[in-house]
Amino acid sequence: MTRQKVLVLYLANSALDAPTVAWAVYDGTGETRPMAGDTDTPPYRTGVDALKDGWRLFQASQILPHQRGAEFDVSYLKYEFFFERLVEVAV
Amino acid sequence: MTDLPLLTASQMASFTARGFLRFDGVVPQDINTQFLAEMGDIASPQPDSTLRQAYGRLLAEAGVPEVAAGTPLARAYPQGCAVNRMLELPLVAGAICSLVGEAPTFDHHFLHVTFPPAYHAGGESVSQHTHQDSTIDPRTAFDVQIMYYPHAVTREMGGTRFIPGTHLRKVSEVALGRYQNICGQQHMVCEAGTLLFLHSGVWHGGGVNLAERTRTMFKIRMNPSQSQVRKFDLSTLQPQSAQRPIFYVKSQPPESVEEILMTPEPWFEQDTGRLEMVNRIKLWRYLTGDPTYDADYWLTRLENQASA
Repeated sequence: MTRQKVLVLYLANSALDAPTVAWAVYDGTGETRPMAGDTDTPPYRTGVDALKDGWRLFQASQILPHQRGAEFDVSYLKYEFFFERLVEVAV
Repeated sequence: MTDLPLLTASQMASFTARGFLRFDGVVPQDINTQFLAEMGDIASPQPDSTLRQAYGRLLAEAGVPEVAAGTPLARAYPQGCAVNRMLELPLVAGAICSLVGEAPTFDHHFLHVTFPPAYHAGGESVSQHTHQDSTIDPRTAFDVQIMYYPHAVTREMGGTRFIPGTHLRKVSEVALGRYQNICGQQHMVCEAGTLLFLHSGVWHGGGVNLAERTRTMFKIRMNPSQSQVRKFDLSTLQPQSAQRPIFYVKSQPPESVEEILMTPEPWFEQDTGRLEMVNRIKLWRYLTGDPTYDADYWLTRLENQASA
């Protein structure tokens, strides 16, 4: 059977070849337990580097217009890319 | 006027830009020892006891006073107790005065203890999700949180993780928990008696403790009750004679408030990193009481209504 591994990359702009500024990994196989603060170096320099390594992109954040009056507000990281990799696991 | 050692303009600019100030080993060892003694021993892990039960016993027995939110900070702790002695250290009192003014108000405190793997039967041994404390906070004014590390913290013990420069982001507590790692994140590895002053907006979280002993950190949040404007050592604030050249410069600019405020963090997105600069300038205007201040022309350009 297969299980899903998920990689989330936050890039410096909306381009998939922009540098990684933040990241997360979730492992549906249960073999590893990634968690907050577990690494200080990004797993991939850019989103394209993740594609080259076999990760499949399945979601990217939209580029949204700025709300009038709140143009200078900053909140969550904007350029979020979800990747997956399906992994065979023993029953 | 106060005779306390106030923060310098450079320290205030660094706090404005990065949201923290760190003072390593500034609390004398006798206060650290007294604090740990007042908190009491932590029971050894028991096979039939959950971590939550062990933590509950610890908090119930620790010598942390119950203090009502809104109490003047000066009356929050009994004279002579370790926390009161720490708060009365000139460096600490001066930094508090510089950041939140005279007569700050006690908000809350908490004894954070992270437990080593022996306590984690049932797979509870994980890091705390990164978060911003309290809730969405749209103010320019800010609270300060002092993190007090009464014993040495190693990397293995999973000291507080925080991300410099995130304090101006308006987010809702742990809604950002999805971000496991962020470029430029720091982990508190420090000697005993270290203090970390955080702007209340800084994103942070406790790291997983993979060592053999517990890790203890005491946090105090305080609010300004009076103005936060021009409370630092103004004798160190150099007047700004003119804007400096931007983008096309031929040499490394000298150390200055502008240089500190305009230094980006490794996690900055390319476009919102510029908004961070705008918001830093706005915070510096607030702290200096100078509504005309600018750095690298960001607000001068935006406020120019000449063609309107």
